[in-house]
Formats: sequence, structure tokens, C-alpha cells
Amino acid sequence: MMFVDLLEEIYLGVLSNKVRSGLTMLGVVIGIASVIAMMSIGQGTKLQIENSIQSIGSNLLMVMPGAQRARGAAVSSGRGSSQTLTNDDADAIRDVAGVKAVAPESSRRFQITARGTNTNTQVVGTTPDYLAVRNVAVDIGTFFSTTQVASRSKVAVLGPTTVLDLFGENANPIGQTVRINSAQFTVIGVTAAKGGSGFSNQDDMIYVPLSSLQAYLSGGDYVSSISIQAVDQATMTLTQQAVTELLLERHHIPSADLADFSIMNQSDLVSAASSVTDTLTLLLASIAGISLLVGGIGIMNMMLTTVTERTREIGLRKAIGADRAEIVAQFLGEAIFLTLLGGTIGVLVGYGASKAVSTFASLTTTVSWSSVAMAFGVSCAIGLIFGLYPAQRASRLNPIDALRYE
Amino acid sequence: MLELKNITKNYTSGKEITSAIKDASFTIHKGEFVAIMGPSGSGKSTLMHIIGCLDTPTLGQYHLDGQDVAKLSTSELAAIRRNKIGFVFQSFHLLPRATVLRNVTLPLVYLGVKREERLRRAKETLVAAGLDESHYEHLSNQLSGGQMQRVAIARALINNPAIILADEPTGNLDSKTGKLVLDTFERLHQQGRTIIIITHEPTVAARAERTILIRDGEIIEDQSNCKLNS
Repeated sequence: MMFVDLLEEIYLGVLSNKVRSGLTMLGVVIGIASVIAMMSIGQGTKLQIENSIQSIGSNLLMVMPGAQRARGAAVSSGRGSSQTLTNDDADAIRDVAGVKAVAPESSRRFQITARGTNTNTQVVGTTPDYLAVRNVAVDIGTFFSTTQVASRSKVAVLGPTTVLDLFGENANPIGQTVRINSAQFTVIGVTAAKGGSGFSNQDDMIYVPLSSLQAYLSGGDYVSSISIQAVDQATMTLTQQAVTELLLERHHIPSADLADFSIMNQSDLVSAASSVTDTLTLLLASIAGISLLVGGIGIMNMMLTTVTERTREIGLRKAIGADRAEIVAQFLGEAIFLTLLGGTIGVLVGYGASKAVSTFASLTTTVSWSSVAMAFGVSCAIGLIFGLYPAQRASRLNPIDALRYE
Repeated sequence: MLELKNITKNYTSGKEITSAIKDASFTIHKGEFVAIMGPSGSGKSTLMHIIGCLDTPTLGQYHLDGQDVAKLSTSELAAIRRNKIGFVFQSFHLLPRATVLRNVTLPLVYLGVKREERLRRAKETLVAAGLDESHYEHLSNQLSGGQMQRVAIARALINNPAIILADEPTGNLDSKTGKLVLDTFERLHQQGRTIIIITHEPTVAARAERTILIRDGEIIEDQSNCKLNS
């Protein structure tokens, strides 16, 4: 039997009962479409979370003060509250191998007033490296320079939300003065909007030179965190280790368990978030997978009915010389034809559904090639698995009995 | 060319063994027109299944063109049916919702013959079977009984088989159409084909050259019809 003829037999067989074939295929369509749509939602969410983590900077390590609570310790003053990190620590870290840039920062909330309006916001004292390390861009004006940090200039760079709160819409605040806790600061720049909302709005901030903040506002040379940008992602863990060792030595602490600081690794955060979204994706996909399984059972049910209904035809085909393999190929082919066609339509429907979700539900969705390839593989496998038993059954029929079948 | 030696076919149901064919021996030569006649339940259908390689005997030897068929596997039997045998079934067994041409060409599909060649041979055999060309594209279930029988005959002829086996070829037809179908068989016989008709009607058997009479699984008579015909 030639392959073209086999395809023709399969095609005519499926077409001979259009309604039934269509309905059976619908089961596979729904199954594949929901798997595609669910996985696109899961992967889209993962991408969105990863992007928002990346937006705080790339290859970032953050050193925070505060003792890690030792086992059995009676009192812990809380992470970040202790004053154990200093400007000198930041300067020392700069020399560690694998560190690209370091931005110490000290931040506190202050009441800000400007021309009769006032707001309460985060004031961040830092150095110009902050721009590169934390992925901040300047929209209008300039960021303060190293010289301005050294000379304790009273200059400030405002976040766009803060500008809106203090100066109103479309105002140019450059050259204006803002009063932070009785000290006058001249506005020299506005940062570009980064979006992001919730607990830390990166647009609602005021950046001032670290030295100015320490001199006029907070006192002391303590910093509340040190952001470190590593050279690349591969060496982040090594860099983290080197920084830990350096700080332990500087703070005269014998073991890492007693450290009075902690280092947060951005890639840890990414992998933690990824594992959450991966679990979510798996959950969604397995729920959708159940409907795919039901679709597969539908295929098997239909193929068994078809084999019973066409018993005499099978008998005839065998009587005129069809081999068992040819009967198997024909009925298996019909099942695979249905699932592949259903899979193709399912991918299209799933793609449409994920587009609809991202349009109407403002959720990011990504249909990846791997999920499309997987859908095709699975639908082909379903055709094979659920079509094999009916096809085997057809091929095992005794031609004499099959011809007599009523 | 077709030689049965001491063929016995037993069916086992539970502990009981029933013999459908008991020790049947006969030879059919190339180009013969033979009728196997017997009442229903006489074992003539079982005999046809064995001759047609749809079934294998329990005991005995069956040589078809010198090959011992009795011990072949199912796929080897399928190959013999594909190449050497043309069946005309009592109830035609045409594919419903398929055209006449598709029905007739089906055996060639399993022989791996190309489409153009299939159609050419289908038209030839349909002419030989006596079906008018206007019906070629009709669906098989739109045809009359006589037309269906002609399609079935054409299908049996298309692989140019050594033997044509017809099971009650006139059973489902009125006497006039039945006569036309028997005329077709006679014409095919005159073209040199080996034809075996299974029937329970003496008038049908009388059209053949030779009648093998079977009753209760045993061959009770094997005679030439030449005298009767002339």
C-alpha cells in the first residue's frame, strides 16, 4: 500500500462522519488550547516578575545591616536597624574582585516642603554610582557629581511622583528649592519614571548626596544599605562570598553565623520568584492537561465506535488482502489525523485566548515555541496512545467473523 | 493448480468438536467453471473460506499453484488473497458512501498499484463485468442489486486473480438479474478464468461445467455437467 493511498483512506475515513469527527476533535482542541493559554499566562507572569526584579538593577548584591538572629538570642533589634555599615565599608568593598560599582545609601523619611506644599517621602543619600547600580535614569537636569558629594552640596534630585506632589503637573522644578527637615536643597534634576508601585515606589523619592544627608539630616557616617553591582551574573556568588569575608574581617566577627549584616543576592530573588511562577505554571498546565486527557479518551471512544461500526468494512479489506499492519496504520492514522488537526486548531485558539487575556485582563502572556512544540507532541502522542488499542482491535478481527458481523 | 487433499475442518466449542468439513479431496484445474452445491449448513461456506485462503484447515493439505497454503501465517494468507483470489460475496460487501470506481480499485490499493493504472484497470474490468459507464461515479449505495453485483464482480476481477470465488452470486437477485450475472460468469469463464460458484440452487449449479455436491461436510458427488448442458 502506498503512503498517498493510506493518507487518502485516512482522510475519507475521517470525513465519512464529519459531525462525530468534529465533536471528538473539539475535545482535543479545548485541551490543547487551554494548555497553551494557561502556560502563556504562567510564563508571561514569570517574565513580568523577572522584569520588575531586574528593574531595580542588574547583577545586584545588597548589603544590609542588622544581626542575623542567632539561635537562642533573647532580643533582636530587627534587621536593618543597627548602625554597623559605614562609608568606609563601602569604600573597602569597591576593591573586591568582581565588583563593578558600589553605591552606599542611607535613607530616611522626611517631611518635605516647597512653596507652601508639602509631602512626606523617602530621602535617599547616595553617590553618583547609584544611577548605574540601581538602573536609575535622569530625565531633566543632572544627577549630582562626585565633587558635589565630596563638598556636601545641598542639591537634590527628585523622583517624578515627588515633583508632581510638590510642584504640580508639567512644572519644571530645576533651580527651585525644597526644604528637607529645615535644610534647604536646590533641585538639580528629575529622574525618569520607572513605574513600579506598591510598597516601594521608586518614583516617589528624593536623592541627595550621601555626605549631605549624613551632615545635615541624619548625622553619623552610617549607611542603611550598600548596593553592589557585580561584573556578571556568573560570578555573583563568588563576589558575594568575597564581600562577606571582607566585612566579617572589617567588623572583627569570627564566623558568618554571627555576622552583623546580611547580603541579599538578586539572582536568589529571581530564582525564588521563578520557582513560585514555575509552580503556578505547572498547576495551571496540569489542570488544562486534565481536559486534554478527557479529549484523548473521547478520541479512543470514537475510534472504538468506528471500529465496531466498520467491522464489515474491515473484514472486506482483510478478505481482499489488506495486511494487519495496513489496518492498524489506517485506524491509527485516523486517530492521529484527528488529534493533529485538533492540536493545530487548539494552538491557534490558545494563542487567540492568550492574546485576549493580555488585552482584556492586562496580564502579560507569552506563547513560547516550546509550548507550541509540546502541544503538537502531546496531541500526536494522544492520537498514538488512544488510537492504538482500537486500531489493534480492528486489525485482530477475523475476516470471516467480521464479514458476517451485523 | 488447486488441490485439496483430505481436508478436515473442526470447530471446538467447549468440549464438543464439530466437523464442518470431513476428509474432502478434489482438484480444480485452471480455467474450470465449478459449482459447489449443498444445502445450508452443509459446510460449503467453510469450504469456500478454505479455498479462498480466509481460513486454514485443521487437517489435510491444500496446494494452490503448488504452494501448501494450510500452514501459512495470517499475513502470508493475506498476500495470497491479494494476488491470487477474487471474491464475490453474497451480500456484495461494497464500501458504502464510496464511488463505484473507488470500490473496484480497492484491491489494487493494497497491491500498491498507482492511481492512473488503477483507474485504467477498473474501467476495463467494469466493462468486462458489464456495468454501464454512466454509473462509475455513483455511490455504491445508490445502485440496484444487479449493479452492485456487477461492481462486486469487477472488484473480484481487478487483481487478475487465478481463481474467482463467488458465494451465492444470485442469492440476493431476482431471477432475471440473476441470469444476467450468471451470463457474466460464463463469459469470464470463456475468457479462460477459473470460476468457483457456491450455491444451493441446482439451476445455478447447472450453468457450471462441473458440480461438487456437499452434504454434512462430506463430498457426496463430483460430476461433470457436460451432458446436462448439451
